[in-house]
Amino acid sequence: MATKIKEVFFNPFSKNNPVIVQVLGICSVLAVTAKLEPALVMGISVTAVLAFANVIISLIRNTIPTNIRIIVQLVVVATLVIIVDQVLKAYNYQVSKQLSVFIGLIITNCILMGRLEAFALGNKPWPAFLDGVGNGIGYAIILVVVGFFRELLGSGTLFGIQVVPQALYDLGYMNNGLMILPPMALITAACIIWVQRSHNKDLQEK
Amino acid sequence: MNKQSNTYTILYSAIMVIVVGAVLALVSGALKPKQDENIRIEKMKQMLSAVHISPESDAMVIEAYNKYFTEAFSVNNAGEVVGDDADAAFAIDMAKELKKDAAERVLPVFKFVGDDSQVRYLMPVSGAGLWGPIWGYVAVESDGIAIYGAYFSHSGETPGLGAEIEKSAFQEQFQGKQLYKEGEFLPVEVMKAGQKPTSGADYVDAISGGTITSKGVQDMLRVCLTDYSAFLNTLSNENSK
Repeated sequence: MATKIKEVFFNPFSKNNPVIVQVLGICSVLAVTAKLEPALVMGISVTAVLAFANVIISLIRNTIPTNIRIIVQLVVVATLVIIVDQVLKAYNYQVSKQLSVFIGLIITNCILMGRLEAFALGNKPWPAFLDGVGNGIGYAIILVVVGFFRELLGSGTLFGIQVVPQALYDLGYMNNGLMILPPMALITAACIIWVQRSHNKDLQEK
Repeated sequence: MNKQSNTYTILYSAIMVIVVGAVLALVSGALKPKQDENIRIEKMKQMLSAVHISPESDAMVIEAYNKYFTEAFSVNNAGEVVGDDADAAFAIDMAKELKKDAAERVLPVFKFVGDDSQVRYLMPVSGAGLWGPIWGYVAVESDGIAIYGAYFSHSGETPGLGAEIEKSAFQEQFQGKQLYKEGEFLPVEVMKAGQKPTSGADYVDAISGGTITSKGVQDMLRVCLTDYSAFLNTLSNENSK
């Protein structure tokens, strides 16, 4: 049992990562990773929503009428997303302005409905919670890695702090404006997939 | 009870809606004061931006606001001062005022005293872009003729096109433009690059690809500043005395 719980939590980090293996939730990877801070906040938000939604659905899984289960899942996710949005507006207004509509769009993130439908409906609350946190972190890792490269190469900063020294600019180095644009998020994500697959024989297709 | 029956399903959804509604109302009620404070700070920040001051942190925004905007009052469209309560003037929502009849509008004016101890006046403006509301602040010199600075923002204009009104490249164009030409009130126009207004008014370059938003900025300036024109007149009369 212990190993199963461990797998539930750690598999989404790499072997069964929702973004780079299942390729879900890609559109938010495009949208919020131009800077590291919104990427991190988005990762934390999704993790929180996913963990709580998983627990709630798992707790009430035996009472949900089968024919409206998708609606119930949506209502739970939507409620949590609104709460996250309100909390951000109250405690981190600047980031909530940057993320704007994408917090609301967590509802449509395929990872959420996927985990609720595939895991929470058939498991006890504790494994469901771990599954939610695990998948959320798996998603957040990719967001942060993509955000790291895009902000570093695109703006020369990390978390808004200048890290590329002025001396380098004096030598003719320039920020790559293309990194700020959405296509580079896909290419960065694709590079991560490439690196991961070349290290992980199980994932290679014959 | 049969969990697949219609009664169960309907009851289940009804209870779910009530519970969710209560939770959301509770959260919203608890966080409202904090959110309102953020919105207030954001407004101060935008006003400071119109007069070329950009504080680094939220605490510094309030400090800078209290330092530079020493007075605020409200005028009507005949230029008469109708209120001198600074907090009341700050709370006025320009978009709501514009829905009233012109004579009934209460228009806030913020007095700005810069580091060079020059007196300038800041006026809010509000209008419509392509997708939603746009708004901003225009600061004029104490003579009421030349623009000292402007700030514009929007809620949902197209990024890279209409949303460019938010960028300083667009806003900086307004500095030094005149609202009066030979005694006649002619608000700044927003023209396509290479074109000039026939009226002889001062103009700035529009955003390419953001024609409707640019037009929105022009209309916003025309409508709102016309309301203020009587007040601006008194300023320039006082100044010429």
